[in-house]
Amino acid sequence: MILVWFIAILAVGGAACWVVARWSTAVCRWIALAATAADFVLSLALWIRNYPVNLLRQQYWLLQVNWTWFNDAGIHFHLAIDGLSLLLVVLTFFLGIVSVLASWTEIREGVGFFHLNLLWVLAGITGVFLAVDLFLFYFAWELMLIPMYFLIAIWGHERRVYAAVKFFLFTQLSGLLMLISILALYFIHHSATGVYSFEYSDLIGTSMPLHVAVWVMLGFFIAFAVKLPMVPVHTWLPDAHTEAPTAGSVILAGLLLKTGAYGLLRFVVPLFPTAAHWFSPVATILAVIGILYGAVLAFAQTDLKRLVAYTSVSHLGFVLLGIFVWNKLALEGALITIIAHGISTGALFVLVGALQERIHTREMDRTGGLWQTIPRLSGAAMFFVMASIGLPGLGDFVGEFLILLGTYKVSVGLTVAAAIGVLFSTLYGLKFIQRALHGSNNHHWELHDLFAREVVIIAPMILILLWLGLFPQPVLNTFTATMDKLQQTASQQQQAYEGGQQ
Amino acid sequence: MISGAGLVAILPLLLLAVTPVALMLISTIHRSHRMALGLTLLGLAASFGSLWIAADVAPQRVTALLTIDQYALVYFGMIIAATVAVAGLAYGYLEQHAVEKEEFYILLVTATLGAAVLAASSHFVSFFLGLEILSISLYALNAYIYSRKTALEAGIKYLVLAAASAAILLFGMALIYAAVGTMEFGHMAELMTETAGPNRTLLLPGLAMVITGMAFKLALVPFHMWTPDVYQGAPPPVAAFIATVSKGGIFALLLRYFYRLELHNYAPVVVVFTIIAIASMLGGNLLALLQPNVKRILAYSSIAHMGYVLVAFIASGMLAVEAVTFYLIAYFVTIIGAFGVVTVLSSREYDAESLEAYRGLFWRRPALAGVMTAMLLSLIGIPVTAGFIGKFYVVAAGASSSAWALIIILVISSSVGAFYYLRVIFALYAGTPEAAERSAEVAPRMAFGSSVLVVLTLLLVWLGVYPAPLLHVIRAALPG
Repeated sequence: MILVWFIAILAVGGAACWVVARWSTAVCRWIALAATAADFVLSLALWIRNYPVNLLRQQYWLLQVNWTWFNDAGIHFHLAIDGLSLLLVVLTFFLGIVSVLASWTEIREGVGFFHLNLLWVLAGITGVFLAVDLFLFYFAWELMLIPMYFLIAIWGHERRVYAAVKFFLFTQLSGLLMLISILALYFIHHSATGVYSFEYSDLIGTSMPLHVAVWVMLGFFIAFAVKLPMVPVHTWLPDAHTEAPTAGSVILAGLLLKTGAYGLLRFVVPLFPTAAHWFSPVATILAVIGILYGAVLAFAQTDLKRLVAYTSVSHLGFVLLGIFVWNKLALEGALITIIAHGISTGALFVLVGALQERIHTREMDRTGGLWQTIPRLSGAAMFFVMASIGLPGLGDFVGEFLILLGTYKVSVGLTVAAAIGVLFSTLYGLKFIQRALHGSNNHHWELHDLFAREVVIIAPMILILLWLGLFPQPVLNTFTATMDKLQQTASQQQQAYEGGQQ
Repeated sequence: MISGAGLVAILPLLLLAVTPVALMLISTIHRSHRMALGLTLLGLAASFGSLWIAADVAPQRVTALLTIDQYALVYFGMIIAATVAVAGLAYGYLEQHAVEKEEFYILLVTATLGAAVLAASSHFVSFFLGLEILSISLYALNAYIYSRKTALEAGIKYLVLAAASAAILLFGMALIYAAVGTMEFGHMAELMTETAGPNRTLLLPGLAMVITGMAFKLALVPFHMWTPDVYQGAPPPVAAFIATVSKGGIFALLLRYFYRLELHNYAPVVVVFTIIAIASMLGGNLLALLQPNVKRILAYSSIAHMGYVLVAFIASGMLAVEAVTFYLIAYFVTIIGAFGVVTVLSSREYDAESLEAYRGLFWRRPALAGVMTAMLLSLIGIPVTAGFIGKFYVVAAGASSSAWALIIILVISSSVGAFYYLRVIFALYAGTPEAAERSAEVAPRMAFGSSVLVVLTLLLVWLGVYPAPLLHVIRAALPG
């Protein structure tokens, strides 16, 4: 039941915010904060109580809720959690708190409706991470689109309409392709077994010829690759990230992109191991192109938010690489990168947002010498840039390092190319620091340094990155059992397929 | 002769026929808009209630013309319920205008009777009768606000084109009759397989012309030209009526005709429908892209949506009838809701048709904007709305019979379609709350219309979240 509570608290909290905001926006903000915090505490409690998450041999899930929805069609309201979704859910609620706090003074118009959308997009994302009935998954997948669209289109910056529509159309089209694949899988499973089911654990052993599997897999893959985003379907991302309000950017970078990674991990490879294996050369090469291309483009930006946006393309390239390499090291690396990128990029968006609130621009030409007037904000920004470019001792480094190690076992060439991407990242990182923070204060900015509220957001994020960088073991322990399960199902099926071939 | 059970079976139709007569008689004695609406709703409610009585004796063949089975009754229910909603919306709209109000309801219920006859028809004669009862009422309904030029244009245009299409239809019927010598669907099915030689050459043009006639009414590409003008000129409740009741009746007939005659075994017919479906999906969505007029957007979107329904229809797997019927119901709720918002926003001088009329609506009248958003999201096919389940069903029907090309075109064109719905949604939320407060307007009072909208929205969400009970009813209803 706790899984339902996760979603219900956010949904009800959002509605309450909207109603209350007519009388008091402050109360609305506090309700939003309370809802996200309550979920965060619940999820932490769940984690601590079950740490490290072990799964028995026959057991897929740590906890689940399974209600019949439409019986005839085999559709269930089935939420379940294992190590992977647990970590992502904790991340979701943490970044939820961050985005509520980050909007505290930024959003002044339509406060109630803003928080309604904010909490509902979080609810949708939680639904995506928890749904294990493919119908429910698609339901949540589409549902999280709408509040995000509103967040960008109403509270975004200059080109918000363009960005919001582009975001919507990309996700909508790719989502529909996934719907076709889900239904194809459903009917293939039915013709093989005579059972109608959208259940993840039922569908996971569905055998089909390779050429069919490849097509069905591609439907899923495209949907997730667009969200991830993978080059060349990434073009919605810089616009959406740049134009969204701070909370929107944090959620986009920290969570929405992760739903793509999660989908690849949870569905694409385990459901279609053979096809994924067949496809992995293409995917890994596109991943490496993404790493390099994202880094180079980030370096070329003069808009701070856009720069941070392009770094996401690069970092998520690592995640894609890790997932399609599919060995233990690379998968662990992908998971750490997912979390660390969520924190570090989220924090960078918070800081750029805080800066924009103060100086009303994101252009590097208008910044410079900020260190002299706002040392604490600048110091924090430098910390997260360092994390983002992979400074050892911080979370991102661990993730990317593990991915490179894992990739090395498979292909030296890809490893070298990806490692060059790490090198490029120093370029954009240093550019950010140099152009925005260092130098002399030519524009004579005199600004207020971090407010207490902002310190409250930033300090835990610094601690988490240090924790991930120095002692990531608890996170990895939580993931191990799930990873073994995913790898096991994938390899079993692949063996079965190869056995059938001989 | 009609047996006793037969009379019970056509009770819903009889009640629909009695209502306009009663309205007419009472209006001659005492004119009252409120009473006319009340009587209309009473008649419709009685007819709706009698569906259960008729269901007890169904299936029944009533003369050679009508087949009252579970399938026809489901469509009766849809048609009557839609008319109730349209009548509710029309009340507030007509109050604003200086026209005779009572006749509107007479025409409306008569048109409903025509659509219901179509849904039950299994014979060319009842087909044509139903169609004409429906069309002739619609000519007048379209031009009801006769002081407006656009309304007159809509009426005339609809008159000319509908008459032309009826002529084509009639010609097609004649050719088929010449080829097989019967006008009754069941009989026709047997004879068609046996027909050979020169008679067979008559059959195909006949079928083509019948299909053309139906495609006109359904506004499928390339027979869609009248749609935007008529939707724009007609009063919004009437546009909603054309989009739902009129098309629903025809679709019910098309499905029955198709299944009785087993036309999915007839390759040329399937090819023609496939081309029409693709053209409608792409055409409707592309033409709507840059439209600044909300009524025209809804018109083009209705073309595209009929294309989607055709996909399920062509797929013709076991899911097809279910998918078509459910999609139509979802579409009924959605499009009446959307036109309902247009109606409620319209004033005496203008109908709310330009996008400007919707700009910042959310900050002025959040509930109304919320309803419009829900309807538009349903048209896109976003979860929690009926449109989502509908689209899911259509894609499932396509996938179950491996019609991949059609589904992929559906997916692409519906993504294109999302663009123009988003434009409307964006307009609803544009601007800032402060700006809206300054230009706060006094909302015209349309209590009745607003409550219809509330019911439609609840229905929309209910069907989007828990359609199981409705699906249960639909599943039992196969066209006989």
